[in-house]
Amino acid sequence: MTLQHLDTPVRRIRGLPAPPVRAFLSRYGLVFAFLALWQVSGTLGWISPAVLPPLDAILGALWTGIASGALVDDIAISLQRAGLAFGAAVALGIPLGLLMGQLRPVECALDPILQLFRQTSALALYPVFILLLGLGETSKVFVIFWATLFPTLLATIGGVKQVDRKLIEMAESYGAGRLQVFRRVVLPASVPAIFVGLRLSATTALLLLIAAEMIGANKGIGFQVMNAQYNFQIPLMFAAILLMAGLGLAANAVLVLLQRRLCRWSLD
Amino acid sequence: MTADTDTRGQVALRHLSKAFMLNGQPLPVLRNLSLDIRAGESLAIVGPSGCGKTTLLRLLAGLEQADSGQVLIDGRPIRGVGTERAVIYQEPRLLPWLTVLENVAFGLEVRGIGRGAAQDRARHHIRLVGLADFEGAYPRQLSGGMAQRVGIARALTVQPEILLLDEPLGALDAMTKLTMQEELTRIWAEEGVTMILVTHDLEEAIFLADRVLVLSRDQGVGPRLIDVDLPRPRDRSQQDFVAMRRQLMAEFGLH
Ligand SMILES: Nc1ncnc2c1ncn2[C@@H]1O[C@H](COP(=O)(O)OP(=O)(O)OP(=O)(O)O)[C@@H](O)[C@H]1O
Ligand SMILES: [Mg+2]
Repeated sequence: MTLQHLDTPVRRIRGLPAPPVRAFLSRYGLVFAFLALWQVSGTLGWISPAVLPPLDAILGALWTGIASGALVDDIAISLQRAGLAFGAAVALGIPLGLLMGQLRPVECALDPILQLFRQTSALALYPVFILLLGLGETSKVFVIFWATLFPTLLATIGGVKQVDRKLIEMAESYGAGRLQVFRRVVLPASVPAIFVGLRLSATTALLLLIAAEMIGANKGIGFQVMNAQYNFQIPLMFAAILLMAGLGLAANAVLVLLQRRLCRWSLD
Repeated sequence: MTADTDTRGQVALRHLSKAFMLNGQPLPVLRNLSLDIRAGESLAIVGPSGCGKTTLLRLLAGLEQADSGQVLIDGRPIRGVGTERAVIYQEPRLLPWLTVLENVAFGLEVRGIGRGAAQDRARHHIRLVGLADFEGAYPRQLSGGMAQRVGIARALTVQPEILLLDEPLGALDAMTKLTMQEELTRIWAEEGVTMILVTHDLEEAIFLADRVLVLSRDQGVGPRLIDVDLPRPRDRSQQDFVAMRRQLMAEFGLH
């Protein structure tokens, strides 16, 4: 028996835009309002354009920077630093997290030292890394890697440990060995938690990237932010900041897309 | 099915004892339990909460080890889990990232059957539990009753001699439960398996079982076996059925 015929069709209230448009507005309306306010406050002179240039000036600076190739180099080197660090953090964090989540003795042995490392701010350690690794690329990539490692590592450990014991037992009752339980139950069950860690790590990587590039770098988006401010090229400074935000959004979008592909079963 | 289904699937419990440690004190749960279950028999296990029904079933499944005594299947003592047994739990325990078809094929795949062959066999049992249209669905898209049927199909797909069920219908609503009881009876008759079913529903026990094992929490009262001598298919409103229920309730001191 169905009750479908009892459902009254949802009628659109006259005057309101169609659902997709409304959904778009309710989601991005505030962003647009914010950008509009920014533009207007500059052009109307509420805030000095020297401090807060209007959006078109910023986009202009961004365009010039990219077209002339000057910013392209910065983007490339920044992506390389963050990418290397993020890649290394993921390559170490996920396997180590899986291991620690699975094997109690390994976790017991490693947990205290990891807690100690984690609680020590990566930025505080940056001078140490510079002393040890020099002021070049290595120390920069390393400090980003350091901070980026923990979100993924901890999320992976957490993900493995919260796998439903009952599912593991089910697999075992069908004769699954340790490796099969791991491959067919523990690993897939941990994927959503791992993605939470990856997204946090990506954000952290970009955060640390800027910090690292503000100290002792002569290239990179973070360097451009500082340098443009120093040279009083305020539109360029904002262009670099905008670029950073865009990079963060893009990284997140890629991870969300990947997550959708890999765990269709867990999302809404 | 195979020719020897009638003779395979015998279960024998020999002086089975099991205690758990509770606050440093041993808590005896099963004491010196011996029982013979015929191949193809349907046995229900009932008893008050905490009397050891799940413990007994887990011992049979090989998920738990007895302190002393043995479980023999077709004359051989068991060592851990075995391919001739399959367990159905109170919750469906489906893997949420697998479709219905993949979940049902899971047991076979774990046992080394190739994906194609495993899914072919899985399809047969999905049809048997009436979910042919839901092969591609994910567990979150199923109702409780449907999910439980997937769990049952998964267990049937490995073609066990012995089906171990721990309150498989306990979480279902009354209507679904009645339908599922019918289905379990049909599946049991069709597949010729030995069925050992833990339940706290006396009517369910009488509806499904050839014999009912009544466990007790009281150390002084041993386990009792009651024959359910009713023709099949059974009718819950029939006089003998009602009388049987009254007798079983009396075992619990209920009227
Ligand atoms: N792993 C365990 N560790 C310690 N004690 C346990 C364990 N498993 C079960 N017990 C104890 O054994 C006794 C029997 O438990 P069991 O789960 O077999 O009961 P049950 O008959 O299935 O009860 P219910 O009808 O509530 O499911 C209980 O007193 C319980 O506390
Ligand atoms: Mg129980």
